[in-house]
Amino acid sequence: MLEIKGLTAAIGDKQILNGVDLVVPPGEIHAIMGPNGAGKSTLSYILSGRPGYEVTGGEASFNGHDLLEMEPEERAALGVFLAFQYPVELPGVGNANFLRTALNAQRRARGEAELDAPSFLKLARAEMKRLSMPDDMLKRNVNVGFSGGEKKRNEVLQMAILKPKLAILDETDSGLDIDALRIVSEGVNAQRGPNFSALVITHYQRLLDYIVPDRVHVLSAGRIIRSGGPELAHELEAHGYAGIVADAA
Amino acid sequence: MSETVDSMEAVTAVTEGGYKWGFSTDIDMDMAPVGLNEDIIRLISSKKNEPDWLLEWRLKSYAAWLTMEEPDWAMVHHEKIDYQALHYYAAPKKKTGPKSLDEVDPELLKTYAKLGIPLKEQAYLAGVEPAEGERPQVAVDAVFDSVSVATTFRDTLAKSGVIFCPISEAVHDHPELVRKYLGSVVPASDNYFAALNSAVFTDGSFVFIPKGVRCPMELSTYFRINARNTGQFERTLIVVEDGGYVSYLEGCTAPQRDENQLHAAVVELVAMEDATIKYSTVQNWYPGDADGKGGIYNFVTKRGACRGARSKISWTQVETGSAVTWKYPSCILQGDGAVGEFYSVAVTTNHQQADTGTKMIHIGRNTSSTIISKGISAGRSNNTYRGLVRVLAKAEGARNFTQCDSLLIGDQCGAHTVPYIESRNPTAKLEHEATTSKISDDQLFYCRSRGLSQEDAVGMIVNGFCRDVLKELPMEFAVEAQKLLAISLEGSVG
Repeated sequence: MLEIKGLTAAIGDKQILNGVDLVVPPGEIHAIMGPNGAGKSTLSYILSGRPGYEVTGGEASFNGHDLLEMEPEERAALGVFLAFQYPVELPGVGNANFLRTALNAQRRARGEAELDAPSFLKLARAEMKRLSMPDDMLKRNVNVGFSGGEKKRNEVLQMAILKPKLAILDETDSGLDIDALRIVSEGVNAQRGPNFSALVITHYQRLLDYIVPDRVHVLSAGRIIRSGGPELAHELEAHGYAGIVADAA
Repeated sequence: MSETVDSMEAVTAVTEGGYKWGFSTDIDMDMAPVGLNEDIIRLISSKKNEPDWLLEWRLKSYAAWLTMEEPDWAMVHHEKIDYQALHYYAAPKKKTGPKSLDEVDPELLKTYAKLGIPLKEQAYLAGVEPAEGERPQVAVDAVFDSVSVATTFRDTLAKSGVIFCPISEAVHDHPELVRKYLGSVVPASDNYFAALNSAVFTDGSFVFIPKGVRCPMELSTYFRINARNTGQFERTLIVVEDGGYVSYLEGCTAPQRDENQLHAAVVELVAMEDATIKYSTVQNWYPGDADGKGGIYNFVTKRGACRGARSKISWTQVETGSAVTWKYPSCILQGDGAVGEFYSVAVTTNHQQADTGTKMIHIGRNTSSTIISKGISAGRSNNTYRGLVRVLAKAEGARNFTQCDSLLIGDQCGAHTVPYIESRNPTAKLEHEATTSKISDDQLFYCRSRGLSQEDAVGMIVNGFCRDVLKELPMEFAVEAQKLLAISLEGSVG
């Protein structure tokens, strides 16, 4: 269970989050929507431990562990996964090598046995088939020369292999065509289960047709100003953020 | 905490690890008195029971050296070397050659073990004949300080006509070959350090591949500087006749020392018609402590002559050690259609300084060369690529491709690229590409968010940066080199 209480954060002198309260119970998928500059990406970075953000108050914990006290790799081993809005290129680093190293680092940290190369390849190939990804994706360098859609699919492949307990998807739908959107969504839906929860950050309702959320939250000016069921996303799509933001103000 | 400060601290932690393989071995040494003069040279020569022609060659080299000045054009700074304060000869004492493991000094075996030489190879080093079918495909000629202690696989190699032995033995067993080729690629008066080496070299490897023979195994030599204050002057000569092939591996580690140690090796390669020589080096000499104290001074002259048509010489080096590196493995592309290659990874951390690169001299028609250089600088180190591509007037259709990439870790190190390009033939095609980049905070965070530690992330990114070079290494070395890169940039964990 992800629990966020009164979280405030700043980059330099600029206050970005102004008291975020949010609970995501296990097995649920919650969507976070909101206008540009609302603090959506900041929230995802703070939960995954990116340096450069100063938490000025509040708490964030996952399954009882204080996330804010942990290194990014410790959070990963705990089962927190961030699908990046802009996946990073690693020249010369093969995708398979990267994934296996990451998976085994997490398994080591959890005291589990490491996966040998054949077992890993078997796992990876099965997941790639599910995501309609060609085999050569494993041989290519991490995100180097990937199209926008391929990068996002690669993020979902990583998620499928690392099997996180909490996935944070930061605008994973941006830059995807309809087919890719469907494939990526299927990848996320395949993870659904009692031990998987997700925070889906998006601008558009469109993604939520494919990944149907249990709850939708509207983030504006660093605060959650409204929460509701999946129908809230449709309301936003119809009326825009302006009305809701004005109501809350 | 700002992002920059945070990553700077992290990077500092990762790049200031201590030298993991610093140790020394206690063995009785047979040592020449300190200093350098004609008597010392005569002593070295007589210790090795050398013929007169070689002594004369040494003395001539010494005379040339006396007239020369230490070069100062490289981008390295170090305390003045007192050449009269060094020992120029040291040999482990031994009564007879080792015939079984029991006869080998246990201290020596321990040293090999620490160096990671596999147990089986240690046995081979000691001259114990293996059971059939147990042979590893690597032959090792171990140089322990100045004398080759043991040489393996010589019988197997001899059957195919390959000669692989200490050069001091080759002087006696194959004097006509040594006399013909010694100094023919790097003349004694070539440069200050080559002249010094020619005067006082103690040992090294000699390889001869006869016409049409493909050497049946990779040849490797482990060099190790062990005696306090002993300059190490290796001399290696590799000759491959028409259509022959050899892959030679060289690897070095050194014990931790307070005083600076001088190393001035000379490597000469000769490739005749259709011959190929692949020369790979993994070098990890003591680089000095985190404050830059101690460490090896490495002034090496490596040069290959592609004498025959369609001959090929390929240098691959992974340089992580030494306080000061001055090294430019070069190719003289004399035969028509000759090919020269230089693949290099140079890592500098703390206060290390490296000035390294290559020279490709295009003389023959349709000669081609490739240069891929990857420099990684961390800490307060300085890393310079210095390369020369020269196309002479008769080198119709010469081609060169050069790529120099620099990776900076932290904001207190330096990367410098100094390419010299000279063409006297209008048909030559020369390309030069260069990039400078940093390990970005985004890359580090991306890796860490997937579960990799900071150190593993740096190691992975650096290995990726060097991939184009590492894939040129023989399998035996590729794994070792990857480990070495990670270890070189490792932090203070443990």
